[in-house]
Amino acid sequence: MENEKDILEVRNLQVNFKTYAGDVKAIRNVSFDLRKGETLAIVGESGSGKSVTTRTIMGLNARNADITSGSIMYKDQDLLKKTDQEMESIRGQDIAEIFQDPMTSLDPTMRIGKQIAEPLMVHKGMKKEKALAQALEMMKLVGITDAENRINDYPHQFSGGMRQRIVIAIALINYPEILIADEPTTALDVTIQAQILNLMKELQDKISTSIIFITHDLGVVAGMADRVAVMYAGKIVEYGTVDEIFYNPKHPYTWGLLSSMPTLDSSGDELPSIPGTPPDLLDPPAGDAFAARNAYALKIDTEQEPPFFKVSDTHYAATWLLHPDAPKVTPPEQIVARQKKYAAMQKDLVAKQRPSVPVEEQEEQQ
Amino acid sequence: MDYENAEKILEVKHLKQYFNVGKADEVRAVDDISFDIYKGETFGLVGESGSGKTTTGRAIIHLYEPTAGEILFNGKNVDNFTSKADQREFRQDMQMIFQDPYASLNPRMKVKDIVAEGIDINHLAKDDADRTKQVEDLLETVGLNKDHSSRYPHEFSGGQRQRIGIARALAVDPKFVIADEPISALDVSIQAQVVNLMKKLQREQGLTYLFIAHDLSMVKYISDRIGVMHYGRMLEIADSDEIYAHPLHDYTKSLLSAVPVPDPEFERTREEIAYDGSGENDGKKRKLVEISPRHWVRAADDEIDMYTQRAHEASLIRK
Repeated sequence: MENEKDILEVRNLQVNFKTYAGDVKAIRNVSFDLRKGETLAIVGESGSGKSVTTRTIMGLNARNADITSGSIMYKDQDLLKKTDQEMESIRGQDIAEIFQDPMTSLDPTMRIGKQIAEPLMVHKGMKKEKALAQALEMMKLVGITDAENRINDYPHQFSGGMRQRIVIAIALINYPEILIADEPTTALDVTIQAQILNLMKELQDKISTSIIFITHDLGVVAGMADRVAVMYAGKIVEYGTVDEIFYNPKHPYTWGLLSSMPTLDSSGDELPSIPGTPPDLLDPPAGDAFAARNAYALKIDTEQEPPFFKVSDTHYAATWLLHPDAPKVTPPEQIVARQKKYAAMQKDLVAKQRPSVPVEEQEEQQ
Repeated sequence: MDYENAEKILEVKHLKQYFNVGKADEVRAVDDISFDIYKGETFGLVGESGSGKTTTGRAIIHLYEPTAGEILFNGKNVDNFTSKADQREFRQDMQMIFQDPYASLNPRMKVKDIVAEGIDINHLAKDDADRTKQVEDLLETVGLNKDHSSRYPHEFSGGQRQRIGIARALAVDPKFVIADEPISALDVSIQAQVVNLMKKLQREQGLTYLFIAHDLSMVKYISDRIGVMHYGRMLEIADSDEIYAHPLHDYTKSLLSAVPVPDPEFERTREEIAYDGSGENDGKKRKLVEISPRHWVRAADDEIDMYTQRAHEASLIRK
């Protein structure tokens, strides 16, 4: 591993899907780290490649997927070089996933106690009685009420929120090092969503797992993430700590995402929106894939792909606007307000005599 | 919105919508709700899944036969339309935009035929050339290219499909549009486009919307007034700014406290307020009471003072 604090290092990952129409370039050179015990949120629109990234980590891609380059290092081993059988022993034990839809990710014909206990019996060779006893403990931990009496119920006897708790219990029963949560609350109501998110935070403290959290809901990201990676058209376009992304975003796509979501106090006739639609990844455009929808696009954006520019030690963005020769632009109103808030927060930090984060914009090729 | 001189376009009175009536599995999806919608406004309906908001929308457009209660549209009772002509006029004046743009367009029909279906049924086009022109105008109104009219739905993205659904609703020149979760199947960046389009159409054509959704920040943005539903009952109705700033009912407070906000600083300090719904079923008679001007809360007689007190504290009422 390059960095001791990392549990997972993804480098230069490229994934194509072979279709009749040609190769869909779903992941185009993605690199990121996951630190021990942190929550990394990956945000982006559908089709931006966030789910494909995590499915590649899990080794669960569709058959027409072709991983053309890259490495995924976990505990000094490259997951991409593992056989299917080796991956089977990692999945559900070291790396587990909470799937999006609790209505379809449980087996309707199996009692939930057995579904929760199954990973223990498969991975640890535990006897059924002991595994069921642990499953019961886990059910109590994730807050399934009346667990003793409900352990022999079937999934259809539970509500959506309870089913998602069961899915979480299955994912956590082996205390995985890495937990992938792919839109775990998108199918749920806000009140239930709040309960599930609180539960995930609590459990993360208890079993100190690292979480990759995939969502398109920036409100959820703000509450859950330590760090955020923004994906667009198969690439990460900006990453940084949650404060850096929400209060000092640098990429015009991040600006667009943040301003197109109404907050509880936005008003006015027009909501700022990102015009157009994402590009077709069968034939990704040259240069910056976001250029066609970007009001701040420069001429170079259509010709050359922007490298990552360093904003701070933890914050990088791939936009030519950060190049020293680029014209100075004023971000949308809402973003300026956010940046002001950030500046104020930075001042507070300095006042509290903590090490300040350099906000100088320097060029650095990644 | 000027409510002093506003005209009511829709009045819902004591609407009840039960399913499986008289059987063991009777469901009281909508249980005695009353509210009015004024001409030209956007009325937002929020609530969790199972709260009855979609059923309410479907009952208003008369996809269901109401179990009890009245729905008056432009002063006329929707249930009592006996003549074909009355029914056709009602169907023309009230249209619906559906939630799932993938399921609500017939995959075997060309876009121009989908959009023109209402025009054909209501004989709104003089001849073929007029029909084509109307369809092309509609497509341009919703921001699509008129050359797209001979394509099939699968050739469009989710946001574009929802625009086709909006064009179809507008084809018969409606006065009142029910939008049932029109943006929840769309991506964040596309949601804003569709909401802006809906607002623009409302300004230009004087439409009235009933906007049903569970995304509370989007509902607040688009709505003039908001009704909060829970377990088939309407618990609170108020102007959208007011209901968010000063919710009076405990359930509304709880619901709003659960909304995640894209602001990490705020999120770190946010506390959810739990709601115990058992109080609602204590057998007391409750109805909507106007606590402060245009701010209605479902209350029993002995609870009115408590809500009035809360309204005073929020300085909604001046002494």
